Amino acid sequence: MSGDVREPLAAGVATYPRATRTRANLVALGTITRREVHRMLRIWTQTLVPPAITMTLYFVIFGKVIGSRVGEMQGFTYMQYIVPGLVMMSIINNCYANITSSFFGSKFGRYVEELLASPMPSWVVLTGYVAGAVTRGLLVGVIVLGIALFFTSLHIAHPFVALTTVVLGATIFSLAGFINAMFAKRFDDIAIVPTFVLAPLTYLGGVFYSVNMLGSPWREVSLANPILYMVNAFRYGILGVGDVPVWTAYAVMLAFAIGLALVALWLLHRGVGLRS
Amino acid sequence: MPADSALSQPASRGPIATPAREVPALEVVDLRKTYASGVQALKGVSLAVAQGDFFALLGPNGAGKSTLIGILSSLVNPTSGDARVFGLSIHADRGGVMRQIGLVPQEINFNQFETPFEICVNVAGFYGIPRVTARVRAEKYLKELRIWDKAHQATRMMSGGMKRRLMIARAMMNEPRLLILDEPTAGVDIEIRRSMWQFITGINAAGTTVILTTHYLEEAEQLCRNIAIIDHGGIVENTSMRHLLSKLDVQSFVLDVTGLDGQLPRLDGVTLTRRDAQTLEAEMPSTHNLNALFAGLTASGITVTSMRTKTNRLEQLFMRLVEHDGIRP
Repeated sequence: MSGDVREPLAAGVATYPRATRTRANLVALGTITRREVHRMLRIWTQTLVPPAITMTLYFVIFGKVIGSRVGEMQGFTYMQYIVPGLVMMSIINNCYANITSSFFGSKFGRYVEELLASPMPSWVVLTGYVAGAVTRGLLVGVIVLGIALFFTSLHIAHPFVALTTVVLGATIFSLAGFINAMFAKRFDDIAIVPTFVLAPLTYLGGVFYSVNMLGSPWREVSLANPILYMVNAFRYGILGVGDVPVWTAYAVMLAFAIGLALVALWLLHRGVGLRS
Repeated sequence: MPADSALSQPASRGPIATPAREVPALEVVDLRKTYASGVQALKGVSLAVAQGDFFALLGPNGAGKSTLIGILSSLVNPTSGDARVFGLSIHADRGGVMRQIGLVPQEINFNQFETPFEICVNVAGFYGIPRVTARVRAEKYLKELRIWDKAHQATRMMSGGMKRRLMIARAMMNEPRLLILDEPTAGVDIEIRRSMWQFITGINAAGTTVILTTHYLEEAEQLCRNIAIIDHGGIVENTSMRHLLSKLDVQSFVLDVTGLDGQLPRLDGVTLTRRDAQTLEAEMPSTHNLNALFAGLTASGITVTSMRTKTNRLEQLFMRLVEHDGIRP
């Protein structure tokens, strides 16, 4: 059978060499990722246009109108200062929204059964969905950064830090969104976390201000917010300034990414919210 | 489905030649499932399906059929017991088992915003089948199931019968050795149903083992060689279709008659019931001579203008099995 992975023995017992399984898993991973990206591009008016409009408004209102009265922040205009935070905020929100709506939609429409009844291991399913969400996050990030360049000039100080930070941040919130979608039973359940958890954490994560401007204990409380590390690491990557050491930010982000990936894999393996 | 279809050859109804070394296509061993609600859906089900068989799994609603199929297709976690597909255990090698199986579920479960072609190619990808091969197979099966003209339209625009056929095409994308059909013809018209039968018998004749659940018992009687009946989470009958049908010792007929004016005649071994002024029902042992029935009716001034069997034979047995916990030889 051309291109197939089935290699039955004479007595009828099937067997699959490791190399065959690896090849099959890579094909499956590519399939889920392609399907996710295709879905995102098919509904581009819902996935790519709204963040562009929202962020343009942020740049106009916060950057131009309010920013002109705020003055400089750590040696940069207020517009320049808020760009990294707004880019990261749009990446986080779009990754989360992408994976929750897509995976919960597949549960709601029951076509998640196509995945469950296939030979794919859990890590392939998870990686495929996360790759799709991260792709949307990065695409939105590029769009928002492009819009920002209409309002101000930017010189990327540390490209490697900027790139790794957005990929890590996007991965973390894609994983969090996947876990949310696994537990969700109704559409309301995927709206609660963005509204009551994600939005407050983002606004309090140093997008619009330096955490050093806060007095004790609010500065210490802010350090418990993981988004603060992402925003500041990305700001360091773009502007070369940040409120937290970049290695501390990497450590926090890696810990979150690994922890959330392990939880998501365990839930998938157990079939929580998916199998009876 | 065209009559000259390459897959139109009907499956042989003869016994299955199984080599001594050959493992069963499916072997279920003491499978149990208790849901979180406390409902015991399966209470120790054991059965075997030989390679190449066309096997009917019948039972009333809530009997445990869908739970059993759900466990085989990895959609339901079993509480205990095991199922082996071509020798591979669902516990030890879930991925290996899934590669053997094609599933046509009872409910429509594909993304209604995707096209049939996308659905088939994507599902093939989930099985690790390269895209080039997947595209060829998608075209082949969508054409064989006569929905190729809708291949690039959103599935939400398709009729119920087309959606059913798409689910069969999708299940064929990994060219499974075991095809499980959970009420595949529910709600489709007779013409489409027959074309689906033709396709499935062709698949079976080509060597694929088929397990069919259906509420159309004439479908099971016509297509399947072996049968298991499940009720209240347990197997109440598991035998060949021929053997099961031979257990039917009573036959019932509906007679269209004239001259049915007075009392019904008393005929030895025959129970007559008046349905209306022109219709009688006659129930008698399967060994009873029909000439004696006609003679008795004629002697009473009743003329039989036409007759037909009251119910499908398998339906009669099925009702007895699920109502009285089984008949035994």
